[in-house]
This record gives sequence, C-alpha cells and structure tokens, in this order.
Amino acid sequence: MYEVRIHGRGGQGAVMMGGMLAAAVVQDGNYVVAVPSFGFERRGAPVASFLRFDDKEIRQMTNIYRPDCLICIDPTVAKSVNIFDGLKVGGVLVQATAKPLAALTLPETVGTVGLCDAVSLAQKIFKRSITNTLMLGAFARTTGKVSMEALRAAIEDSDFRDAGLTQNLEALDAGFRETTVHVIERSAAA
Amino acid sequence: MAETAVATKRPKVIVCDGNEAAAWGVSLANVDMVAVYPITPQSSLVEYLAKFVADGRLDAEIVDAEGEHSVLSVLQGGALAGARTYTATCGPGLAFMFEPYLRQPGLRLPMVMSIVTRDTLTPQSVWGGHQDAMSVREVGWIQIYCETVQEVLDTVIMAYRVAEHHDVMLPVNVCHDGNYLSYGAARVELPEQADVNVFLGERNVNWHAALDPSRPMGVDPLTGGAGGPGPKMFVKYRKGHCRGMQNALKVIEEVHEDWARLIGHRFAPLIESYAMEGAKFALVTIGSMTGAAKDAIDEARARGVPVGLVKIKTYRPFPAQAVVQALGSMQAVGVVDRSVSFGWDCGPVFQDVTAALGRAAARVPAMSFIGGLAGADLTTDHFARVIARVAQLAQEKTPGATVWLNETD
Repeated sequence: MYEVRIHGRGGQGAVMMGGMLAAAVVQDGNYVVAVPSFGFERRGAPVASFLRFDDKEIRQMTNIYRPDCLICIDPTVAKSVNIFDGLKVGGVLVQATAKPLAALTLPETVGTVGLCDAVSLAQKIFKRSITNTLMLGAFARTTGKVSMEALRAAIEDSDFRDAGLTQNLEALDAGFRETTVHVIERSAAA
Repeated sequence: MAETAVATKRPKVIVCDGNEAAAWGVSLANVDMVAVYPITPQSSLVEYLAKFVADGRLDAEIVDAEGEHSVLSVLQGGALAGARTYTATCGPGLAFMFEPYLRQPGLRLPMVMSIVTRDTLTPQSVWGGHQDAMSVREVGWIQIYCETVQEVLDTVIMAYRVAEHHDVMLPVNVCHDGNYLSYGAARVELPEQADVNVFLGERNVNWHAALDPSRPMGVDPLTGGAGGPGPKMFVKYRKGHCRGMQNALKVIEEVHEDWARLIGHRFAPLIESYAMEGAKFALVTIGSMTGAAKDAIDEARARGVPVGLVKIKTYRPFPAQAVVQALGSMQAVGVVDRSVSFGWDCGPVFQDVTAALGRAAARVPAMSFIGGLAGADLTTDHFARVIARVAQLAQEKTPGATVWLNETD
C-alpha cells in the first residue's frame, strides 16, 4: 500500500487533485481510497487531502498519519503546518517551490525530493497560482507511481471544459517536464 | 446491433465518493420523484441528483423544497400517487423533518432516504457521527448502515426491494457516514441498468393506499381513543407495523442473496462475522469504522490474539437472533459506537447488543467504547487499544466504564 498526503491552501484544488489522482491510479489497475480533510476551509487556509492505493482492496476509510509521500502544492504552507509529521523514513517530498534543494530545510526522514516551480508555471499557463494539475505531473515524475496516460484521462474526465481543459493538460505536461528529482544521500554516521 | 451478454463481461469502473455513489443508486433504481434540501455533509448528494436529471440520465421530478419538513411531506404525496420516491438529509435537516418523518412508517409508505450521518448540535459541529440517525432509531423506519462506497450504491438500490416488499411496506434509511463515506472516494463497479431492472422487477410501489379518483379512499383517518373500535384499530396498526419490521429481517436477507446472484456483489445482510472462527472474544462495529477495525483484527490475529469482529449492517429491526448466535459464546465483547446513548451512559449499539444477549440469558462480559464523534477519526491504533482492553476483560470478567476513544487524541 502506498500512502500520500497532499498539503495545500484552500482554493488551490488539493481536494480535487486527490480525486483526479484517485481516478488515475484506478485507471492504472489499482484500488484506491481518497479522503479529504473536512471543515469550512477558506480560501488561503491550510488544507490536506489523503490518498492510499494498492493492488488489492483497501478497507481503511481513515486519514493518513504515516505517509510514504507528501505532495505540497503551495510554497509557503509548510510555515503554517508541520507537513512532515509522520513521514516514513526514506519518504518522498514533492514540493512546489522556486527554491533550489539547498535552500530547503528538510527533516532526516526525507529520502527523495521532487521540486517544481509550480507557481511560476501556473502564472504563465492560467494567469493564476492554481498548482494542482502541475503537481500531478510533478508527482508522476518524482515517484513513477502513476502513468501520464492515466493522469491525462483523469483530467479529461473531470469537469474542465474547452480552454480550461487544454490549460490543465498543458499544466500536467509542464509539471512533469519541469520537475527536478533529487535523492538525498544520508551518511550512516549522520 | 445488440451484443450478446457474456459471463465474463467487465464491469464499468468509476471512482466516486459515497454521496455520488448514493446518487448513482437512485438513478439506477429509476426513482420517479426526488425532493431536496441541501445540508452538509449531504449537499453534494442532491447536487449530483440534480445533475443526473439535468443530463437526462435520471427521468425524475425534482422538487427543490423550502425545507426538510416540506421535502418529506411532498414525497408522501408523491408516494400516495404511486411514485418511487427518494430524499437524503442529516443532522439539523433530519430534526426539522421530524413531524412527517414520524408519520411515514405508520402510513406504510415505502421510500428510501439516505441519512448522511452527522453528529447533532450542540456543541456546534458540522462533521460526521451517528448521533442523528441513532436519535431516530425507535421511530419505526428500517435503518441500514453501510461500510464502503460500493455498499452505499448497492444498498440504495436493494433498499427499494425491501421497502416495497408486500410483507414489509416501510420506509428505509440507508445510512452512510458523513465525511469518511460522504466525501471519501473509492473504486466502484457500476451495475448494469438492465441487470438492476431485472432485480427490481415490475414496479408496484403503491397498491394499498392511493390518491386515485377511480377508487376514492380515506388515508390515515382518526383512530385510537378509549371507546368504540378505536383501541382495537390502533393496536392493529401498531402490531402490523411491528410485524412489517420483523418481516424485513427475512426480506433483507433474500434481497441481498438476489443481488449477489444477479449483480455479483455480495454483502452481509444483517450482520457480518469477520474472523469469528476460533475467536474467544469479539469487537462489534457499525458503519465505515469497520474497515480499519478489520485491519486491526488481522494484525492481532497475526500475533495469535483470538479476536473476531461482528459488524452490524441492519440496525433496525435489530437482528437480535443473529447477534446472539455470533456472540453468545464469547468470553468478552467490546462494542464500538459512533454516538452516545445519554440515558445509559454508553453507546446505543452496546445497549442493543447487551439487551439481545441478556434476553437470551447469555452471560457475556461487555464494554462500551465510543469514538469517531463529530468527525474524529477511528484508526487501526484506536482499534488496537479496544482489542487490548477486551482481551483484558476476557481474563478479568469485570467490565469497566464506557471508554471514550478520542479523549486523548
């Protein structure tokens, strides 16, 4: 079972992103459970969404506390909440940021990092900082856990229409293309 | 050209949440009339239904009423005119609906209504919990609780067969957990419309009482009182209602068996026994918490702990006989509720389970656990704690006070 926690801010589409990723991993032949965090989320407030998938049926309908992977679709939300809480040792971080790896403060548990300047890319594509479909591409590039074909199909099956659909498909490809993946070497003595 | 059906046909797979799954169930059940008033966490369910009608997928009349009291009153009129009817509500909406809600089962009008369960006010809260549905458990509706998104879809359809069965003729609440099932999404197999049509059979929703000018009749005349035919009539109606509830136990089993045969999805109709073979003590669960509980049971079994699980699916009528059969020889039982019985300082399912065991003179030490209130999570870690406490109970035989599972979260 692979467990993903998505962090973002209200209005960026973290919950919708969980739905699209869920549809895509099922298209790839997996079982899935996706649970959003709940509340009266306001635009800009920190939000989270949880997703687990496996090649066999999943029974737990719960939040995720020990994720294999974090997708953080906002560059600043990590200042408001501890996004690394419970991350498994050697876990993956897929982060929207303009910063280089060396400028990030990461806990020891992080093993692999995918970095994508999703806000700048979103400004070019949407003229707004909506980063969710960009970060789907970044997740696919960083983890290889979902196929781009399935993600394209999931976006096409969503409620996007016309120009919005074209932009989101473009964003998916840009997210995949513009993500750099870093494996962090940790010395045994560290 | 029509294709010949083959045994190996692959099901259409979608990913959807429990609210959309319920809407799919309503659509596949060819419901004639839906009345709606949105309320969290039910809102998206009726929005999906409005979309299905707008898209032409569901050929139903939608009434956007001014409140839940009107929603159910309007549907009672529709049902009396022979329509297959549906609505969904929860929490404060269910409270506002209470007057026609009380009347519905006594009218013996079959319908299906989803309760997208929500904790009750106050303290102020908008999140899931079973308190709303549990608060109406003795009103005379059938109540069924779902565990998974697939089960929500399938049970909404099955519930029409139960409600409309001539030995039952009662409304059914299909309950699914607010938040964890209403917004939790999963892989779901969509049954074929043609198969559902065969399953539901020829429509005969309303044959006993009808708004029909060619056969005028009085519906729900004044009865009761202390003289004349009143007392006898009133008892007749009440006893008939109780008989319908008891008949439902058998009908629910038959309907689930037919569904498994025709659609290929098998769900336990009344209770599900999980890992009960060789179990010395057991947990009882209800609703979506059961998935995490089963994972915790597997983990405990792998360590050699002889624990099993019984899930309540049909809660009203209470499947007392099945519960006693499953639990009567246990050394200890722990019942996990997502709501509170204020009168007994325990969970309502605990109260039912101990009543059933007591009536059967089965002396089983039992404890009440309450968790998952107002959106709180019930995880495998919580269930590991329940298993450890019930193991201790099996040894010591001295039940402690109710345990509140999220007290220190």
